[in-house]
Amino acid sequence: MAKEFERGKMVPVPSHSIIPERDIDKSPILECSHLGIQFGGLKAVDDFNLTIGRTEIAGLIGPNGAGKTTVFNLLTKVYQPTKGTILLDGMDTTGKTTVQINRMGIARTFQNIRLFGNLSVEDNVKIGLHNQEAYSALTGILRLPGYWKREKAAHQRALELLSIFDMQDMAEAKAGSLPYGAQRRLEIVRALATNPSLLLLDEPAAGMNPSETAELMENIVKIRDMFHIAVLLIEHDMSLVMSICEGICVLNFGQVIAKGTAEEIQSNPAVIEAYLGKKKEG
Amino acid sequence: MKRLGTMKKASKANFATYLGVIIAFVVVSLLKSGGVLSSSLSGLLIPVCCYVVMALSLNLTVGVLGELSLGHAGFMSVGAFSGIVAAMSLQEAIPFAPLRLAVAMVVGALFAAVAGVIVGVPVLRLRGDYLAIVTLAFGEIIKDLLTCLLVGYDSNGLHILFNASGTLTVADLGMDETGVAIIKGAQGATGTVTIATFAAGFVLILVTLFIILNLVNSRSGRAVMAIRDNRIAAESVGINITKYKLMAFVLSAALAGAAGALYGLNYSNLAASKFNFNTSILVLVFVVLGGLGNMWGSIIAAVVLTILPEALREFADYRMLVYAIVLILVMLATNNDQLKNLLKKIIPVRKGGLGDGERV
Amino acid sequence: MEFLSYLISGISLGSVYAIIALGYTMVYGIAKMLNFAHGDVIMVGGYVSFYATSALSSSLLGPDASMGAVAAGKIISILLAVLVCTVLGIIIERLAYKPLRSATSLAVLITAIGVSYFLQNAAQLLFGTAPKSFTPVVQNQLSLFGGQLNISYVSLLTVIACIIIMLALTAFTSKSKLGKAMRACSEDKGAAQLMGINVNRTISMTFAIGSALAAVAGVLLCSFSPTLMPTTGSMPGIKAFTAAVFGGIGSIPGAFLGGILLGIIESMAKAYISTQLANAIVFAVLIVVLLVRPAGLLGKYVPEKV
Repeated sequence: MAKEFERGKMVPVPSHSIIPERDIDKSPILECSHLGIQFGGLKAVDDFNLTIGRTEIAGLIGPNGAGKTTVFNLLTKVYQPTKGTILLDGMDTTGKTTVQINRMGIARTFQNIRLFGNLSVEDNVKIGLHNQEAYSALTGILRLPGYWKREKAAHQRALELLSIFDMQDMAEAKAGSLPYGAQRRLEIVRALATNPSLLLLDEPAAGMNPSETAELMENIVKIRDMFHIAVLLIEHDMSLVMSICEGICVLNFGQVIAKGTAEEIQSNPAVIEAYLGKKKEG
Repeated sequence: MKRLGTMKKASKANFATYLGVIIAFVVVSLLKSGGVLSSSLSGLLIPVCCYVVMALSLNLTVGVLGELSLGHAGFMSVGAFSGIVAAMSLQEAIPFAPLRLAVAMVVGALFAAVAGVIVGVPVLRLRGDYLAIVTLAFGEIIKDLLTCLLVGYDSNGLHILFNASGTLTVADLGMDETGVAIIKGAQGATGTVTIATFAAGFVLILVTLFIILNLVNSRSGRAVMAIRDNRIAAESVGINITKYKLMAFVLSAALAGAAGALYGLNYSNLAASKFNFNTSILVLVFVVLGGLGNMWGSIIAAVVLTILPEALREFADYRMLVYAIVLILVMLATNNDQLKNLLKKIIPVRKGGLGDGERV
Repeated sequence: MEFLSYLISGISLGSVYAIIALGYTMVYGIAKMLNFAHGDVIMVGGYVSFYATSALSSSLLGPDASMGAVAAGKIISILLAVLVCTVLGIIIERLAYKPLRSATSLAVLITAIGVSYFLQNAAQLLFGTAPKSFTPVVQNQLSLFGGQLNISYVSLLTVIACIIIMLALTAFTSKSKLGKAMRACSEDKGAAQLMGINVNRTISMTFAIGSALAAVAGVLLCSFSPTLMPTTGSMPGIKAFTAAVFGGIGSIPGAFLGGILLGIIESMAKAYISTQLANAIVFAVLIVVLLVRPAGLLGKYVPEKV
């Protein structure tokens, strides 16, 4: 890897997790305890415990089908957990809807890109700003002064956010016609527009070439530093995970098999077994 | 500065649409006063305006919200009958006919909006073809309920009866000697004083365009289109799905109600059976042929396809057959991949419009 | 007794709906399209049978033909209707729907509506708008309890035909090669194609079967309400589609159950609530069922995967 990223020193917290030392004075942004969901008889996720610090970049890894995306769906209440609790910024999220969770501060991207494909790039970001630059439907239809003021603010904010990924020149392009990498970046911008305190990225580097991935890593760190938010990402690209993630959680068959820093994870026998299979005795 | 460019582009396109409608109105009015239009054609002017508004409003549901509705005529009938009742019972209170017409259209829109809420709350929980079939069912239910309605007006005010058993008649309304029956069950509205005018139709089209175009280019309109393009992503960015779906649906119903009121006040006799499934389908055909989300396309399709059967009069019995064949051929031509690409080069897709390839 | 006779007429009317709904459901299951022209194929079946019967009885059979000859004539007329409708179904699919295989479902829907208009107006030109009075395929009725309960043979025939068709279709789709191909196409066309299934041919065959069922339904429908017009098929078509959705579209037992229930509800509503509002009640029941079970009575609800 060409570039070294600075990763914080990790310290343990009471909930059997670790968070960066710099976040220790602040309450964690996310605390999951004994989180679980069952589909029929299948425990897709079971007894999932994780604490994420205010400005931590955390990774969620595991083999295919381990339940990583299910964890995201639980956190954003696409599925209601059948067990356990999620505290977001110390507040209980039980019974909240996806929409309320977003307003409480979690934004996400999707493994299979979900953009508003028929709308322009700028409109996609403006839709992310839906609850930031709000005015009523009537104000919009009658073009009252609030409309002009909010639209102007939304436009400026959208271009600002797009410029993080150097996408301001694509503002008028149709989102569905963008190249794959740009679509992934636009999803991140749209999520950021909702002003989250925790950003969930589902395989952000999927389909990207090594130079795009390198740029993405820089941008994830940059976003964290700019907005002072926490990031939890699912990724199969180990070079990305090991270079930028501070705390890493490994999931297999719906259960956490290891938690720790990159160095700890890389030498953990349970993790190696989950990825490579059991070494033959002999 | 770039955004200024887009704003100009969007409002330029909207401006062109308004201008086109205004020019069309002026030209048609001149032709009409010059006596150039045949009587059958000038008799079509008000219905054409109604169908244009119907197509525009259905385009809001199908093109912008992305939900297939097969019961739009139901809202039109609610608007027509409530508008007729309003206009007939306000004859003395508001002697000035244009004002009475305006009030009737507002009443029609309000009643249709209420119907839109009643239908929309359960229906919008469903998806795709299930939603379509339930809107169809609601359209038929509304039609059947209106068929059982008896309404009269006398010096004591309105008398309303619901004739579910089919045995009641106007006499059962118990009106005094000043009483006038407005709606007579299956016969529908009879003896309506026709106060609809072409100018009112023109104003209604402009108002409809103003509402829909401004909505589409605003925060709420973007939220509606976000739901259309990807419901799950829209939820994930904090958009209240139910609220915006219902808003678009109810607005669409209200506009259809206003169009219905205008339509109803254009005929002295009008039965509820006029607003059946076939009328809903007719309007849907306008929307699909005009292009989903494309308001200008809806206007043109509604005008052409309302006048076409009239223009095909010389084919007499064959005209509906020709219409059917033309419809099939147009659908095949616009959805055949090679021809589609060719057409795309000629006609650019408008903002907020769905590309032809996308599924609804 | 009165209740029983309403129930029986409901079941037999429901059986007609069920036969139409079976055709609808098969086409929907595989082509994923609302084939609004299906109701008009029913009408075509009715007309073919009508003209075949009158041609046979006037020319070949004569006024004093034997019972056997008349019965043979009836059967021939039904077979002819089935044949014509099957061919018609295949032609419609080939000319109007096949070119739109990759188009939006809305485009296909509008095309189906165009086909429906076409069939209705063609029928109007060919056969005229005046209603034809259809002779039921079988006449007379069965008297039970000393004449207190009368069941027409048409009712019996319809119910029996419907049960046979349902069982045959169930066996066909689960056992035969073509039936399995149909189920595969309905799950995933792309995967079916990769497994060597000729998707186009399978869809074409589905239309053929659906249209053949429509022909049978046409004859039975016209035996019930013996007036035949170019628009005869539309309302039963819509109601049968409602029945298919009611039972869970794509499911064969669902279409059967939905059809029967719809017939019973309609018959009871007419008898005990209001003739005028019978259709409205049928549709209201559909709405309530869909709100409680969004995929119909026997349908599977598949949530969208995130």
